[in-house]
Amino acid sequence: MQIFHRSTNTISRATIYGAVFLIAALLWAVLELQRSPYITYAKVARPQPVPFSHQHHVAGLGIDCRYCHTSVETSSFAGIPPTKTCMNCHSQIWTGAPLLEPVRESFRSGKSLVWTRVNDLPDFVYFNHSIHINKGVGCNTCHGPVDRMPLMYNENSLQMEWCLDCHRDPAKNLRPREQVFNMRYEPPSSLKPLTLDGKEYTDQMSLGTDLVKKYKLRTVTDITSCSTCHR
Amino acid sequence: MDERIGQTEAGRAPVMEPGYTFGTVTDKISSIVLTRPTSNGWFLGFGVAFLLTMMMLYAIAYLFVKGVGIWGVTIPIGWGFAIINFVWWIGIGHAGTLISAILLLLRQSWRNSINRFAEAMTLFAVSAAGIFPLIHVGRPWLAYWLFPYPNSMGVWPQFRSPLIWDVFAVSTYATISLLFWFVGLVPDLATLRDRSTNRAAKIVYGILALGWRGSARHWDRYETAYLLLAGLATPLVLSVHTVVSFDFAVGIVPGWHTTIFPPYFVAGAIYSGFAMVLMLAIPIRKLYGLEDFITELHLQNAAKVMLATGLIVAYGYVIEAFMGWYSGNRYDAFTLWNRLHGPYRWEYYALLLCNIVIPQVLWIRKLRSRPIALFSVSLVVLVGMWLERFIIVVVSLHRDFLTSSWGMYYPTRWDWMTYIGTIGMFLAAMFLFVRLLPMISIFEMRTLLPEAEVKE
Amino acid sequence: MKTEDENGKRRREEVCPGKKSTLDLDAARARIADTKGPEFWRSLEELAGSPEWQEMMHREFPKGASEWLDSVSRRGFLKLMGASLAMAGMTACTKQPLEPIVPYVRQPEELVPGRPMFYATAFTLGGYASPLLVESHMYRPTKIEGNDKHPASLGGTDIFAQASILEMYDPDRSQTINNLGEVRTWGNFLEAIRGPLSAQQAVQGAGIRILTPTVSSPTLADQMRELLKIYPQAKWHVYEPVNRDNVLEGAKLAFGQPVETHYKLENADVIVSLDADFLSAGFPGNVRYIREFAKRRDPDSVKMSRLYVVESATSSTGAKADHRLPMRAGEIEQVAELLSKFLEQGHPSDVFSSQREKFAAAVANDLRAHRGSSVVIVGDHQPPIVHALAHSINQALGNVGKTVFYTDPVDANPINQTASIKDLVADMRAGKVDMLVIIDGNPAYDAPADLNFADALKSTNVPVRIHLGLYQDETAELCQWHINKAHYLEAWGDARAYDGTVSIVQPLIAPLYNGKSAHELVAILAGQADPSSHEVVQSYWKKQHPGADFEMFWRKSLNDGWVESTAFAPKQVSIRPLPSISAPTSPGAQNAIEINFRRDPSIHDGRFSNNGWLQELPKPMSKMTWDNPVLVGPAMAERLGLKSEDMIEIELYGKKLTAPVWVQAGHPDNSITVFLGYGRRRAGRVGTGAGFDFYPLRQSATAWVATGVNIAKTGETYKLATTQGYQTMDTPVGQRPLVRTASLDEYHKEPEFAKEEEPPKDLTLYKPYPYEKEPYAWGMAIDLNACVGCNNCIVACQSENNIAVVGKEQVVLGRHMHWLRVDAYYQGDRDNPKAYFQPVPCMQCENAPCEVVCPVGATVHSSEGLNDMVYNRCVGTRYCSNNCPYKVRRFNFLLFQDWETPQLKMMRNPDVTVRSRGVMEKCTYCVQRISEHRIDSEREDRKIQDGELQTACQQSCPANAIVFGNINDPNSGVSKLKSNPRNYSLLADLNTRPRTTYLAEIRNPSEELGS
Repeated sequence: MQIFHRSTNTISRATIYGAVFLIAALLWAVLELQRSPYITYAKVARPQPVPFSHQHHVAGLGIDCRYCHTSVETSSFAGIPPTKTCMNCHSQIWTGAPLLEPVRESFRSGKSLVWTRVNDLPDFVYFNHSIHINKGVGCNTCHGPVDRMPLMYNENSLQMEWCLDCHRDPAKNLRPREQVFNMRYEPPSSLKPLTLDGKEYTDQMSLGTDLVKKYKLRTVTDITSCSTCHR
Repeated sequence: MDERIGQTEAGRAPVMEPGYTFGTVTDKISSIVLTRPTSNGWFLGFGVAFLLTMMMLYAIAYLFVKGVGIWGVTIPIGWGFAIINFVWWIGIGHAGTLISAILLLLRQSWRNSINRFAEAMTLFAVSAAGIFPLIHVGRPWLAYWLFPYPNSMGVWPQFRSPLIWDVFAVSTYATISLLFWFVGLVPDLATLRDRSTNRAAKIVYGILALGWRGSARHWDRYETAYLLLAGLATPLVLSVHTVVSFDFAVGIVPGWHTTIFPPYFVAGAIYSGFAMVLMLAIPIRKLYGLEDFITELHLQNAAKVMLATGLIVAYGYVIEAFMGWYSGNRYDAFTLWNRLHGPYRWEYYALLLCNIVIPQVLWIRKLRSRPIALFSVSLVVLVGMWLERFIIVVVSLHRDFLTSSWGMYYPTRWDWMTYIGTIGMFLAAMFLFVRLLPMISIFEMRTLLPEAEVKE
Repeated sequence: MKTEDENGKRRREEVCPGKKSTLDLDAARARIADTKGPEFWRSLEELAGSPEWQEMMHREFPKGASEWLDSVSRRGFLKLMGASLAMAGMTACTKQPLEPIVPYVRQPEELVPGRPMFYATAFTLGGYASPLLVESHMYRPTKIEGNDKHPASLGGTDIFAQASILEMYDPDRSQTINNLGEVRTWGNFLEAIRGPLSAQQAVQGAGIRILTPTVSSPTLADQMRELLKIYPQAKWHVYEPVNRDNVLEGAKLAFGQPVETHYKLENADVIVSLDADFLSAGFPGNVRYIREFAKRRDPDSVKMSRLYVVESATSSTGAKADHRLPMRAGEIEQVAELLSKFLEQGHPSDVFSSQREKFAAAVANDLRAHRGSSVVIVGDHQPPIVHALAHSINQALGNVGKTVFYTDPVDANPINQTASIKDLVADMRAGKVDMLVIIDGNPAYDAPADLNFADALKSTNVPVRIHLGLYQDETAELCQWHINKAHYLEAWGDARAYDGTVSIVQPLIAPLYNGKSAHELVAILAGQADPSSHEVVQSYWKKQHPGADFEMFWRKSLNDGWVESTAFAPKQVSIRPLPSISAPTSPGAQNAIEINFRRDPSIHDGRFSNNGWLQELPKPMSKMTWDNPVLVGPAMAERLGLKSEDMIEIELYGKKLTAPVWVQAGHPDNSITVFLGYGRRRAGRVGTGAGFDFYPLRQSATAWVATGVNIAKTGETYKLATTQGYQTMDTPVGQRPLVRTASLDEYHKEPEFAKEEEPPKDLTLYKPYPYEKEPYAWGMAIDLNACVGCNNCIVACQSENNIAVVGKEQVVLGRHMHWLRVDAYYQGDRDNPKAYFQPVPCMQCENAPCEVVCPVGATVHSSEGLNDMVYNRCVGTRYCSNNCPYKVRRFNFLLFQDWETPQLKMMRNPDVTVRSRGVMEKCTYCVQRISEHRIDSEREDRKIQDGELQTACQQSCPANAIVFGNINDPNSGVSKLKSNPRNYSLLADLNTRPRTTYLAEIRNPSEELGS
């Protein structure tokens, strides 16, 4: 007697070939997952005690990054403004705004505001703001259009491959130092050329390559050595 | 076919005792799986093996909770039982592939009666071996970093490291052996499917048989596939243990850093492999009355192979010692001295005894045909080969370059539990195998029958 | 072996304390960052208010420690789950949790978050101050370094100062004021003593006794004198178990007055040490002495000095000697006599009745040849007469004013401490003491056994007993009031260095547990209204420095780390005729076995016994950790059939105790040496139960040396934990050229003796990287001639790099974590071998064997030649360690780091990853410091200057033996050393091309004694 229906042959063949694709698909899914915002939080705004809007303060009021992030040029850590900094203005304006109550409360009680870290690197990564600023890496190169962010989120995945993407070819991201804090800076193009030291640049690469020399960037081997970021 | 059924020219034992037909051969082998009731002995044996497996799992679970510190490994002896057992098991695995692939290509028809369980043995040995590299690392949950895949860190494994070569060598080996074994099984699975009376069995064997009908086309494709796989597997017999030996040969540790390792590891592997084959074959043929199929000839040949490989291994030791002296290198010279006079000298002497002295009895034909004797010699050889890895791993490491960082190695109960556990796992798998699958290739046995003679 | 098991247990708990308390670092950090320096610990006390904290603080063992030990703890189980999940290949497990970030409310001006700050202060041991600079991150002290501007330090420190940071954060420190075991407040205490004090006013304080350790603090001394004015009948007693009574008495004998003696070793061509271990931590001024000694040992640039050592035990000073004579302590007196005799008359003939006579004669000749440029130094434990003899010899040789200087004593109350505590106990027994105030001492544990202090300290004898101390120790147990003392990093104070220079001790952090300083307590006794230590100290110095510019003066003193012109001026003293030489000891005593009591090289008198770093610090000569076995010479061991780790019973004056033996090469025959400070009952999680207590054998009359010991083998054995496998370079198949040495003459004949042929540079499969093209190529040179094996670098490294303590059990297995170790090798005659030290950090090989074998590339070379170790990439195959010929890699076999205790989290260096279980770690030339300096210099658009960047070991080295820098710069210090003919690389024949190289050791033996 016959246990298996004739169709079994086809089914079995199908499954054998199918399995190959299935496994491939699974692997692909995992690789996608590890880069997805679910893991990296990229472009995901975090809950904050006060809905602070960079858009309003930077674009709207034109406050410079360094007004709040004071140590960005001198220290590894850019600095999170103490409540005092907020109160410099908010003791004058919006003094009654309920949104700002946590800030006033903190100032009264001396208890800090507890923000949620947005651009959060793992603890075994030792990033230094000051040197990146110094070498002409713009704020928004990594942090994205902060001046267009009503609520703060990290623009990029902040994963190692992302860091390496630049460390393996810094030229494509460098800009003149004086442009570092310019949120609306655009890389030179034939339409909007950029002149630096009397030389006119119409594309990023030529500018970048010159800046690499001008700002004495260390070689790619140097800045891709593990101890550059890990200790 | 040089050996004919029945006739034993030059006193050579026959490959199969006379008086069998296609039918009887098939009956005899498949009945073990299908009709014969499961003996209490089997349940007892399997039960014990299963418990040992559980013990291993417990030991591994505890290991993952506490870390490799529960083992005897330390600085300077960074590798202990885990690596010793890994190499030992991988080595044992070699016999299967050798028998099924190389002997097939060499048209050694006597392989037909032992290749099936030899391959199974290989498979189980490799999986036992496979456990160790995974669990011996400090952070097992990250062991997958050894595989090259496009990760979000933008880095690749370090391809200069022998451990990466291992990853490829061993995984390839496992895959090929599995395929080879399974493809070989297909025709027999079909036989079981057709002969089994209960429906469930029919379905299971049926699925595994992949719709084998034994048509000429099937046989034709089967032969091609089998030969191809044999062709693939053959280089592996040499490559796998060569790569494993690189784990040591590439290191600069005195006692590791030597070019003799690849050949002498491969020889050692086959040595221990055949020992294991004998240790399985002898009881099996007795318990399941298969003396007619696994005849004295097989024991004889296996013994001869052991003798040959054993001598190669011995040569390896001699060269090692000679180089220790001849190189004039103060560190190698000391390694030699340390093996002979150091705190682990007894292990070294035991090794020489087990791997070189005792096996010489195999020169005696009478002994070669005496199962008990062969069994015990094989056991001795397996112990010896384990000791060899102990000497290579531990005794080389414990006294290397700076006297200030010399140390001693004391295995803990966790080391032993894991080791014995893998033996249990191996046996458990074997027990299941002999119970559920034809341990001797039915159709290949049939080719040995006179009826199978192709008349030109 | 029961005790050992217990130790083992306690260790393990210490290593991985159990379940995570719900008080996590973020919360703590939150609170910390929250407020300004002084205030923020207030808020930590709020934090301390949280139940978890209380529990953490008050339980003897952290909760769950027990459950962690065996079986699967909850936490362990979760880990397992995590592990198995991850092994399913879920990269998703690397998802980061949301973390809070907590800004200040009002940020202090001087603070730049992310940049450390340095403050000058001082650490005191036995009254002598070591001036320090302390690194502070966000107002948390994290690393201690020597004050490079201060004459007593010049940047160097000693192990005790280095490790005191761990003491400050020690979770076992006393955290409350206790009255009969009940937690009380400072207020309660003030009320409680008001009565007794007023009662004493009536009797002029006749019942008040105050027991302090040696005090050099001008402020405290002044306070005490004030107090004694108020209570004229009160008495100030001073006692420390490791005291300098003999030095004091010796000085009185020689000059009729107490004087401080110190030395200028840079002017000394010949140094004679009579049992003086002047190169080891604990000897006053050792840091400066090491520097000067090392300077004069350089055979290339200066006339190399010669060191003769006669010693009764083995010491690092003895190891550095050109000629060493091991001898029982009791007989060294005779050598001193011979010496002075031969100096006067010279030796009659060239036939010598004994080895020691020959030795003495040779030394005498050498000394005579170097009048004014020689010095004789005597060990603290030698009897007064030997000190007196040394004084007269130094006078006779005209060394005074050149190599030897006399000043007023640093000790503010130079009295015979043994006598002092004797009186105290007598008074206590006589019931004359109504109120005993013990400031920062532990007499119940370490007072002479014959006084039986603990027994005298009964309530029946002394109604009011007050103890001020860092720990609730054996003494606190017997006092009804215990006040938790503020650590020196928590409170204001001052102290004198060995040369008299005063340092202001300024706190780096407000008291973690509201501890009180001695100043505050004494002020209270003097009836003042609870002033702060800051007020007390400052008001004293206002008196010393009146005038408008006090603010300036004060700021300057704090900034420099010392008070201008407070060093004692040298003092003219005239030697008096010495009493006639005492008769040689009777033959009976000659044969009797002698026992030497010595301060422990790593935990001193026991005060540091709860300090994991020091407990696990290998003792210089034996590399022993966690224990204090009885040291026995090889000859004697053979005679008595003793082996190392045998248990013996020691009997002295009818008192018996058992302890293990360690056979110590070079130890004199017929004599045993024991280290004090172990066998504590109430030290804390780390120290309690470690080792053996020998104080019970120590009598006031024979505090340092006693004869007539009986030794019996018990037959048991005891496991000891040493960190060095073998202490010889000889193997059965020949010697290994690890430490390379020559005599000065040989060196002059053949300067290149240490060199050996090295394989050609291109002898490698891989393309050599052009390091010479890089702006920096880091390298290190270690001068074995300068290294005195003081171990300071090890502790500095441990502190800088967050290195874990693993506990005795793990050390026994060989799993200690020191990135930098100091190997000690012995050579030749076992009874008087030559000994050599060799610090071994990672060699940073250019052809690193470890790198090619790592499967995941967790250890790779940086462009500047560092052998980077990427902890977060390491999966832990340990292949790299197997393949490392120098065995400098360390592996976290278990969870060695303490991830729970909040105090320890605060102590860690935030610039270095804290390694977890299953990860390999090693020295990377303090790469965090390199990065910091590189970034700063690049921002300032300049190159890193030579010397501006120092590794932790180099910075702390008092001998300047370790030099690190850029070998691409031919003028850098390290390049200069590497071009020195003595320069060689270890195991060069392996073609590893190490960046760390050694300068061979040169000894300077005299022709007369030969080498």
